[in-house]
Amino acid sequence: MPAPSGLISTDIDAYLRSYEQRDLLRFITCGSVDDGKSTLIGRLLYESHLIFDDQLEALERDSKTVGTQGADLDFALLVDGLAAEREQGITIDVAYRFFSTDRRKFIVADTPGHEQYTRNMVTGASTADVAVILADARKGILTQTRRHTFLVSLLGIRTVVLAVNKLDLVGYEESIAQHIADEYRQFASSVGINQVTVIPISALQGVNVTETGRETPWYDGPPLLEYLETVQVGGRGPIGPFRMPVQWVNRPDSEFRGFAGQIVGGSVAQGDTIRILPSGQTATVERIITADGDLPSAIASQSVTLTLTQEIDVSRGDMLASAHDPAAVADQFEADIIWMGEQPMLPGRPYLVKLGTRTVGATIAQPKYKINVNTLEHVAARTLELNEIGVCNVNFDRVVPYDSYTANRETGGFIVIDRLTNTTVGAGLIHFALRRADNVHRQLVEVDKARRTTLAAHQPCVIWFTGLSGSGKSTIANLTEQQLHGLRCRTYLLDGDNVRLGLNKDLGFTDADRVENIRRVAEVARLMVDAGLIVLVAFISPFAAERAMARALVGPDEFIEVHIDAPLAIAEGRDPKGLYKKARRGLLTNFTGIDSPYEPPEQPDFRIDTTITPAGVAAESLVAFLASRGITIAK
Amino acid sequence: MITLTHLDRLEAESIAIMREAVAEAERPVMLYSIGKDSSVMLHLAAKAFYPAPLPFPLLHVDTTWKFQEMYTFRDTITAQFGAELIVHQNPECLELGINPFSHGSAVHTDMWKTQGLKQALDRHGFDIAFGGARRDEEKSRAKERIFSVRSAQHQWDAKQQRPELWHLYNVRKNPGQSIRVFPLSNWTELDVWQYIRLQQIPVVSLYLAAERPVVERDGMVLMVDDDRMPLKPGERPVMRKVRFRTLGCYPLTGAIESNADTLTEVIQEMLLTRTSERQGRAIDHDQSGSMERKKQEGYF
Repeated sequence: MPAPSGLISTDIDAYLRSYEQRDLLRFITCGSVDDGKSTLIGRLLYESHLIFDDQLEALERDSKTVGTQGADLDFALLVDGLAAEREQGITIDVAYRFFSTDRRKFIVADTPGHEQYTRNMVTGASTADVAVILADARKGILTQTRRHTFLVSLLGIRTVVLAVNKLDLVGYEESIAQHIADEYRQFASSVGINQVTVIPISALQGVNVTETGRETPWYDGPPLLEYLETVQVGGRGPIGPFRMPVQWVNRPDSEFRGFAGQIVGGSVAQGDTIRILPSGQTATVERIITADGDLPSAIASQSVTLTLTQEIDVSRGDMLASAHDPAAVADQFEADIIWMGEQPMLPGRPYLVKLGTRTVGATIAQPKYKINVNTLEHVAARTLELNEIGVCNVNFDRVVPYDSYTANRETGGFIVIDRLTNTTVGAGLIHFALRRADNVHRQLVEVDKARRTTLAAHQPCVIWFTGLSGSGKSTIANLTEQQLHGLRCRTYLLDGDNVRLGLNKDLGFTDADRVENIRRVAEVARLMVDAGLIVLVAFISPFAAERAMARALVGPDEFIEVHIDAPLAIAEGRDPKGLYKKARRGLLTNFTGIDSPYEPPEQPDFRIDTTITPAGVAAESLVAFLASRGITIAK
Repeated sequence: MITLTHLDRLEAESIAIMREAVAEAERPVMLYSIGKDSSVMLHLAAKAFYPAPLPFPLLHVDTTWKFQEMYTFRDTITAQFGAELIVHQNPECLELGINPFSHGSAVHTDMWKTQGLKQALDRHGFDIAFGGARRDEEKSRAKERIFSVRSAQHQWDAKQQRPELWHLYNVRKNPGQSIRVFPLSNWTELDVWQYIRLQQIPVVSLYLAAERPVVERDGMVLMVDDDRMPLKPGERPVMRKVRFRTLGCYPLTGAIESNADTLTEVIQEMLLTRTSERQGRAIDHDQSGSMERKKQEGYF
């Protein structure tokens, strides 16, 4: 039994002994803009005696100047932190609040109800055990209430409280609360939430928040705070098989080699057999080390350091897992993708993903569909915008250990990171691995690239010309091809404009289409290299990420990036096709260098400064460079 | 059957945060302010990397105006941990003799602490810096991420924060950017004290009540820690039993009257108290929202 607060002054030692044994509950509050969420949290803090006198004085002062409750205290002001949002009167970012009672410590993720901030709600829900969803008794279940419930369900929260708020404004009428409860339960079960508790409250008046209110004699359940103090939530403790992503290899000297990490599933004991993933080797746990002494066993949430009886290569990013029930290993998945970047998701663009402690390259395919979070309808989509959620196939550039998100959210959830800005632009929840690549077997052919190459007087490769429109790519590529032809090399020139007239005529000039344009031409170039040709690709190819992808498709010595370097002013001055003039007049949009970015290569294999090098000289020096690289035989 | 208390969970989370940061940092550092939060953070770091030694130095951005006892404590503790200690004092402040009495608390804090911190981080090229700030301290802190990216000018952009999901921290940064990492984000003042008591972590004895020479000025009880403090006409230091809830520069840190001379009594007093810990700090008093502005400028 928890110690009563009265012990604080009479027997502090007994009180602390009991108090230190409390556990921790994390919950998220969500509601629409005026549902009274901040008021409820402010009220919980106030009623748990967590508002100090000086904060209360500041509150009284602020309530008079910017409050919305007339002469009364505006509890919302306690939690609306940033000056910008206090002026706008809305909460614009997820905030974490702390309070505790004699039974539990609580961490509240306070997330905004405003339409455009799905991102923040998903963030808050990702670590919560319980969700408290607010509804305004006058308005009932709104579109936003449904959206919040869907998101909470998507993120794996299965214990939900519906707090029907502002009951004071409907005269504490039972039938109103009952009607809302029925409607909500029906919707919640349709998104997989079956454990719903409905509590009628008035956050403003403090009814059924910390104490049962006389105003609702028809309600026989606990007040909200008591419910949160006692609710049992699943998914905590040693449930499921052992999982521990390795964070850091502890190697203070040559004798000691420990694997440090936080256990995110199940439990582990000395002598257990574990499997190291993705390599699949097995080993035995020798010691479970903490600074407070070795442990015989440890459970999920604990941070420990393990040593193994065998000498096995384990590094950061590997996962230690139960040998009897190991995580699966794959590189292609179907996943829910929640997009959080200001720029839309670009199918085919190389991103980074972080899953566990492992960061790998990945591309996301065009969504199978996106989900209208208000109606739950599936909608066709080519991309995902900020705050949109879709189901997509994701290709990782190497295999990783994983569980499905519903089995373990720590090993089934990943974040998507933009390679250039390094910001977090999305989150993914793994459904399952795709067996696609396993079932489509590459047909073996007898005549392969090596045999084709023996017929030619050169090695196959891609010469990738990148540069602004008007920099001279096509001209220099043409001259280079003529010279190579003279050397009896088999060549093919893929020119941006020509390919756009055929293979890529369905594509425009948005960022998404530019990425697809490059993906296709890179694949074509790869086939031609396989056929034994020297392929000259003359495309603006403005993004470093896609050029890196094209390089990765062929062998390390088979890609030569050539930067045709002309400053914007010079390329614009040449303007051989009159395109810059059109773009400047606004007749052409998404024009590279004008209203669409160009990312110059940082370390091209070969750079041609067109301000000082005539095209003919450039082609000659490039051909000489190819000879020096062993592509052609020197004259 | 193992059950984890809230302190067990907080400890494990902080350890995981520190390991994650160190695993991806090029040059990490721990901001060490000598206060109770720093003491807890240092204790947790020793646990996180045990049995290896601390994989980073400690940085104390000094103002020369801390309590004398804090300096003694700092040197003893860092020696005990075998830690490398870097002390940075803003040379410009030394030259101009910046002090809270002639220049006021705002200029003093900005020049010594905010500018001093930026100088030290730049000089040593630290890319990841641990700080002991907690989200329960102040409203704008409640919205700060555990891994908080700063621009090359060390500025915090509240609107451009990275979403932080699950326990997946994005530790990647662009050239020039640095990351401040707050392993104690989810701890409260009470958690910190309970943990200090349970783990018997040494803290500066200024946190405990003792007879100290004080004067009362502008509603604050100030300790006359050395003879640099100019006394106003009629002011005469008197011995009173006081303690401090937070520690900073002695001329800017208000004491409270107290008889709590053990840790347990300090916690007891806190459980019964009616004022927040930052009340004794001049920095937050100017007006609501002043911390947010300071953070945007690069304050920790």
